[in-house]
Amino acid sequence: MADAFTMLKDIKAAGKKVVGFYCVYAPQELVLAAGALGFSLCATKEEGIPDGEKSLPRNFCPLIKSSYGLAVTDKCPYFLYADLIIGETTCDGKKKMFELMKGFKAVHVMKMPQSYLADSDKAYWLHEVQVLKELLEAELDTQITDEKLQAAIQVLNEERRLMQQLAGYLKNDPVPMTGQDFLKLLWGRNFVTDRAAFAEQIKAVISDIEESVANGEAARPQGAKRILVTGVPTGVGADKVIKIIEDCGAAVVYIENCSGMKQYVTLVDETKPPLTAIAEKYLAIPCSCMSPNPTRMEQLDQLVGEYRVDGVVDITWQGCHTYNVESRVVKEFLKQNGNTPFLQIETDYSQGDVEQITTRVQAFLEMMG
Amino acid sequence: MKAKIVAGIDAGSSAIKLTLYDGKTMANSLCPAGWAPQEQAAGLLAAALAGKSPAQAAYIVGTGYGRLGLPFVTKAMTEITCHARGAGYLLPAARTVIDIGGQDAKAIRVDEAGKVEDFVMNDKCAAGTGRFLQVMAQALGLAIADIGAIEADPDGPACRINSMCTVFAESEVIGLVNRGVPREAIIAALHTSIANRVAVMAAAIQPLPPVAFTGGVSQNQALRRQLALRLGLSVITTGQAIFAGSIGAALYAWEAAGQL
Repeated sequence: MADAFTMLKDIKAAGKKVVGFYCVYAPQELVLAAGALGFSLCATKEEGIPDGEKSLPRNFCPLIKSSYGLAVTDKCPYFLYADLIIGETTCDGKKKMFELMKGFKAVHVMKMPQSYLADSDKAYWLHEVQVLKELLEAELDTQITDEKLQAAIQVLNEERRLMQQLAGYLKNDPVPMTGQDFLKLLWGRNFVTDRAAFAEQIKAVISDIEESVANGEAARPQGAKRILVTGVPTGVGADKVIKIIEDCGAAVVYIENCSGMKQYVTLVDETKPPLTAIAEKYLAIPCSCMSPNPTRMEQLDQLVGEYRVDGVVDITWQGCHTYNVESRVVKEFLKQNGNTPFLQIETDYSQGDVEQITTRVQAFLEMMG
Repeated sequence: MKAKIVAGIDAGSSAIKLTLYDGKTMANSLCPAGWAPQEQAAGLLAAALAGKSPAQAAYIVGTGYGRLGLPFVTKAMTEITCHARGAGYLLPAARTVIDIGGQDAKAIRVDEAGKVEDFVMNDKCAAGTGRFLQVMAQALGLAIADIGAIEADPDGPACRINSMCTVFAESEVIGLVNRGVPREAIIAALHTSIANRVAVMAAAIQPLPPVAFTGGVSQNQALRRQLALRLGLSVITTGQAIFAGSIGAALYAWEAAGQL
């Protein structure tokens, strides 16, 4: 396959529109229904950070610095070739970064409500989704009809079902695939140009895994400590902690982060009016930017049981205030609900703390006996 | 096979500690880590085994900073697990362990058997560690071992150290020295500053009394008193507390050897 720069150049030459986004709050059904290709933008590479720091404070979170650095230097092909970027106000740092980005790119920022609980939040967010729809129609010169939205919902719901099915195999002991491989599969979904072909690929992976399970093949020994990972987006390139956990002999049986399963656990309700159903699904994402954020706790509680989790590791980026504060809430919640061992790892994209994190993770596994 | 003798080696960043254990008695020894810690550790073990080869020890658990570099250990375990166990052996009443070593500071909550329930470790830099104290001692022209015994005059001038960054704090110390502030007052300020930092870190695990103070810095009585004050909890220690890691390692080695 050609490199991403060439691939996107060809896509653009063929007249196709490209929309980029940084966050799982961006309603992808709208992009698909607009006949455009939606891609996740580069944000998980250490490489972009020095360029990001030229414009942004050094004590920002690595995700924002990486995003900005890779965008401003044209090192992110998806950003370079995007006709429009969908941003969102999930934190103050990103909010202000998007202001800077608007200086050199078409960026539309969706303004998040502070909570997903009240009806007024839901009505407000539905309006934001409506605004995006109209903007996409104008910018991409198209009509997003209910029929197109319904078709897009079906395509993306099918992907979500496949991802849930895939994750379900990690309930097995021994696990048939590593957490690192699981993350790569989830990650691949961010860069799909042909959704039908992607669904076929995932089905093929599922059939391989079923065969492995039937043959008793395991990616980790039976009885390996079962770890659930939660916290900040932890994608390929910033998966240091997941690698350390598996290098220490444990099995990462669930990646709850938004780069992991967070975006796949709820479907868009196919029986409701499409725009309302889309708005509902996306607002229900339990990101730490929401205050309060009870759904994250409820989902963790359920997952700890379903995946027979021995311990929870919460990855938080330095400078990510909401996830760093919420870590205390998660720790206390897990303590009171089954006393599940919990470890917070606050880090960035550098390799400088690998030794210290390894010691902490080992001690955490030793603690479980 | 029931082992005759086992060993625990705590290869720390500044000192290597060794404990030999035969199920009844413990023999502790230590040496500096130096620039060739693996050779130092091998020499320490050989000397303790009175010239016999390391193979005489039935099971060796290595812990600490250098645990993975020691070729002769049977098993490596983290210093968090070993320190907790060793502190539980030395000071059985302890519900919390605060270990201040050369490179890091840790607070560990332990159960009655010295098993880890929760822990926290410094993750930024040398703030609140033995290295921090060592750099400051150097700036004052003192050895780290001496500063715990230097008492400030309660009626004399007092000062504060405001930075936890080792380099900035060193600048502050030099500034205070140049202004003629008595050395005793500067040392007291350093102890307060470290105790504050460690107490804030320890708060994350909700420490319970009594707190066992272990690691190389635990012999500093002035710091121990400051820690008790800042934590608001009783802090106990023993002359053997520097060996908590190697003792814990030896206890785990004894258990593992019994299962062979």
